[in-house]
Amino acid sequence: MALLEVNHIEKHFGSTRVLEDIGFTLEKGEVVAIIGSSGSGKTTLLRCLNFLETPDQGQIILNDEVLFDAEDPATLDKKEVRKKRLHFGLVFQNFNLFPQYTALENVMLAKELLAKEKPDYKENRKEIHQQIEAQAKGLLCRMGLEDRMYNYPQQLSGGQQQRVSIARALAMDPDILCFDEPTSALDPELTGEVLKVIKELKDTGSTMIVVTHEMEFARHVADKIIFMADGIIEEVGTPEEVFEHPKSAKTCAFLQKSTEI
Amino acid sequence: MDFWTITGLLLQGFGITCLLFALTLLLAIPLGLALSFLSMSKFKFIKAPVKIFIWIIRGIPLMLFIFVIYYLPSLLADGNAGANIFNSIDLQMTIAAGSTELLWQGRFLAVLIAFVINYACYFSEIFRGGIESIPQGQYEAGYVLGLTKNQVFFKIVLKQVVKRIVPALSNEIITLVKDTALANAIAIPEIIHCAKMMASSQALIWPIFYTAAFYLLFVGLLTVLLGKVEKKLSYFKA
Repeated sequence: MALLEVNHIEKHFGSTRVLEDIGFTLEKGEVVAIIGSSGSGKTTLLRCLNFLETPDQGQIILNDEVLFDAEDPATLDKKEVRKKRLHFGLVFQNFNLFPQYTALENVMLAKELLAKEKPDYKENRKEIHQQIEAQAKGLLCRMGLEDRMYNYPQQLSGGQQQRVSIARALAMDPDILCFDEPTSALDPELTGEVLKVIKELKDTGSTMIVVTHEMEFARHVADKIIFMADGIIEEVGTPEEVFEHPKSAKTCAFLQKSTEI
Repeated sequence: MDFWTITGLLLQGFGITCLLFALTLLLAIPLGLALSFLSMSKFKFIKAPVKIFIWIIRGIPLMLFIFVIYYLPSLLADGNAGANIFNSIDLQMTIAAGSTELLWQGRFLAVLIAFVINYACYFSEIFRGGIESIPQGQYEAGYVLGLTKNQVFFKIVLKQVVKRIVPALSNEIITLVKDTALANAIAIPEIIHCAKMMASSQALIWPIFYTAAFYLLFVGLLTVLLGKVEKKLSYFKA
């Protein structure tokens, strides 16, 4: 049974069709890389999974639970959407860290706010806080940021900021972690440190969807490649299948362009 | 009259100046925040009237608006501006207090209403600009972490908005200090009015110029205070 099942997703912005009949599955522990040129709908697809956009058609099923069904408006209940979002983490292209909080506070904020809503929060405030802090510190250490925890975002390099934002997403224990071009806003010498972290996450069994322009990275880290063009999934396969033996003409053309110098 | 007597009398007037300043600030900020949200509403039938209202209030001189608030209710009530509602409040209070001088609380209410509405409109535009300048990504980052709309506003957006609007707000607050002098138009005994009374009754002109010292001191104090707020928020970049 697949962890995530996406069926027939369709999305329009006004009269422009951005996604058409998108369907794929994802197994637990699998890493899928979504590639394709700008405007092909990759980011919109991720935003649909994170409930930042509402698809016009289709279903999103996670662990047999229907998270979204365009036919069933009950799946869009605001309170429920909030909970469902937590199944997915999202790492943004331009980090979107909260500037007024330190790296550590950025990672702890959402978890603390969530804990405050629990009925037993008041009695165990101290322990809960310590627990959240320990978890956040652990995550930042995993990201190699042990000596940056008390820095504010503007005091960090782009690569460090992106690693904080990965820790922030991981703090909510998402089932699936999504990356929206995580290295596109970084200087070339900083992309390596972020890609390394993503690779390490794969080794610890995280399920991930990575929208990326880093072809080499996609090839070596992803279990599955989805190539998108003009809002449809043009080709799906293992890195070998897609990169070495592309079936579609569009894939061939894209790969040729993105590898030629 | 010696210097200290005059200082004392002007200080009394300055107390009323400060009262008008403080009450206006206290009431106009929350009202301005409410107006800013309404002016950003998704619903046109809320947004449009609020925008028109703000246009009118910002478009007419505050002095004129004070007259509107002062005279209009009486005119609408019986078409006779002679029986001014705010004046009759003053008269009744004066009689009740057994005072020999006409009290001014009723007229002060009229001025306060005019000031609060006028400044709320200016503040609302500053708030709106600040709120709209926060990148959408900040909201989205909050939402994907499972935060509610309120949590996103109060825990993430608000402080960044405050940081961005402090300079513009400081400007407006300092302008408010000096605008209080307009209350003189309907004979509220604020500091300029007091000085003018001395000019007419004692033929003393210099107290009018002397009032500048009070304003300068107050504005100086505010500048330092607002600078401190700005500095306190300078630990992060937004």
